[in-house]
Amino acid sequence: MNFQAIAAIYTFEMARFFRTLKQSFISPVLSTSLYFVVFGTAIGSRMEAVDGVDYGAFIVPGLIMLSVMTQSISNASFGIYFPKFIGTIYELLSAPVNFLEIVIGYVGAAATKSLFIGLVILGTAYLFVDLDIQHPIAMMSFLLLTCLSFSLLGFIIGIWAGNFEQLNLVPMLVVTPLVFLGGSFYSISMLPEFWQTVTLFNPVVYLISGFRWAFFGTADVAIGISLGAIGLFTLACMGFIWWIFKTGWRIRS
Amino acid sequence: MSVIVSVQNVRKTYDGGFEALTGASLDIQEGEIIALLGPNGAGKTTLISTICGISSLTSGNITVAGMDIARDYRKVRAMIGLVPQEIALEPFETVINSVRFSRGLFGRAKNEAYLDEILKTLSLFDKKEAKVMALSGGMKRRVLIAKALAHEPKVLFLDEPTAGVDVELRKDMWNTVAKLKGQGVTIILTTHYIEEAEAIADRIAVINGGEILLVEDKAALMARMGKKQIRIELLEPVQEIPAKLAPYGLELAPDGAGLTYAYDINAERTGITGLLNDLQAAGLQMRDVQTQQSSLEDIFVDLVQEDGA
Ligand SMILES: Nc1ncnc2c1ncn2[C@@H]1O[C@H](COP(=O)(O)OP(=O)(O)OP(=O)(O)O)[C@@H](O)[C@H]1O
Ligand SMILES: [Mg+2]
Repeated sequence: MNFQAIAAIYTFEMARFFRTLKQSFISPVLSTSLYFVVFGTAIGSRMEAVDGVDYGAFIVPGLIMLSVMTQSISNASFGIYFPKFIGTIYELLSAPVNFLEIVIGYVGAAATKSLFIGLVILGTAYLFVDLDIQHPIAMMSFLLLTCLSFSLLGFIIGIWAGNFEQLNLVPMLVVTPLVFLGGSFYSISMLPEFWQTVTLFNPVVYLISGFRWAFFGTADVAIGISLGAIGLFTLACMGFIWWIFKTGWRIRS
Repeated sequence: MSVIVSVQNVRKTYDGGFEALTGASLDIQEGEIIALLGPNGAGKTTLISTICGISSLTSGNITVAGMDIARDYRKVRAMIGLVPQEIALEPFETVINSVRFSRGLFGRAKNEAYLDEILKTLSLFDKKEAKVMALSGGMKRRVLIAKALAHEPKVLFLDEPTAGVDVELRKDMWNTVAKLKGQGVTIILTTHYIEEAEAIADRIAVINGGEILLVEDKAALMARMGKKQIRIELLEPVQEIPAKLAPYGLELAPDGAGLTYAYDINAERTGITGLLNDLQAAGLQMRDVQTQQSSLEDIFVDLVQEDGA
């Protein structure tokens, strides 16, 4: 293992984050506050409690997931796309590193950033609603796993993307709908039966449900299934990235 | 001296189907400076990219210090430094952080003193904390060199390192290259400035159409291929070359006041004495005689033209 290389990549990528710390901090705080004002207070005051949880609190896990997933994807995809775009990828390709070291460096940095943002949002949420987290360790583990797996997905998107439009295409066209339809703002059980079945094909449902269970002890799907789904997703991403570096797909001419 | 980089029969076909290397073979000696000369599109960058692992090779073999570049990629790549032709740097990062990144990426532990020294050698020390985007083009190119040297490579590839660098700095860079050679670093450089190859290279390799046409000791090459010319200025202009002098293949200057005679310096008989005698016999009076030796550039142009013909 080339640990020096992992540390070098990680430090270099985190420096990018610290350079824009204010933006990284302000934008999630602002957007979360807006969500709380609109959904939590204005609409939430007219909503009944869901599964015995106050609506304002109910949307907290979904909000965190929504931000963490989109942030992970955009951080990780940009992190690897940018060197491709400006040409500095030559150095990575000519360095004595293997795919695992590159992935740990880039994905690790991206996941760290989104974990930080997730925690900032959680902190902001405390300003608006009363929260009593039932399973704090499970909550942190779910958060971490989500940061990791979606950063892996972002890394793949960054390698696949040939231009900036494509870089934004997948998050916009695929991920945002999946996250919104994944039960961020409602319980699956509130949907008509047919749509409940359709929803089960949405992988994000399992993440949000598991995460919500860690908060409130209630879930749409069993916690074991949630864990299995996210594990499977992570493995699939890792497998794909291994293949990318083996074949040089979209990176090595 | 032993061979440090060995390229055997390497072919490279790009995805589009274009064959940029058509069976290139080249042995690079440890500790030498070898200049790779060739016209645009000859395959210089492609050859360097395949050795460094940026492009995959389609067929053939490349070893560095006896190790296969694919099988022993870790050991091989840790030995190699590359300065790419195109300037590619993270614009928002500082000079020193960019160089630190390179050192770490190639598996070396921190060594700030060494990095400072590199920056000083490349006249970049006062820009240490400056952002890369605030540097001039020539400075950026030197940052690329600093990055390539950051992990103390044994073999250094310089793909047109002096493109866009002013004359004074170019001389500085030649000194840096000479210093590296003194430390035992093997240097492979491509350039379009033939005088650069002439000034610093030990050996010259000429590449065209994706294959190495020739590799030769610089001095030997110039001696072998070198042509000398004698220019004779006449006291009285002539209308045409006297018939008696036809065998020499002289060239008459447009004003009729000069004659040029080309000869091979390595030939047993250069024909100079005969020419001078015959000039006198033809009644031509000489005002001045000059000799000129062809440069590496002339040799190079000749070679590539022959290859194309
Ligand atoms: N990524 C690529 N895909 C397809 N063809 C390529 C690629 N890179 C280079 N080529 C082609 O391969 C040939 C050799 O290119 P290369 O860059 O190696 O030339 P070069 O000798 O470095 O030229 P120059 O002096 O202009 O730098 C050219 O015809 C070029 O068009
Ligand atoms: Mg080139």
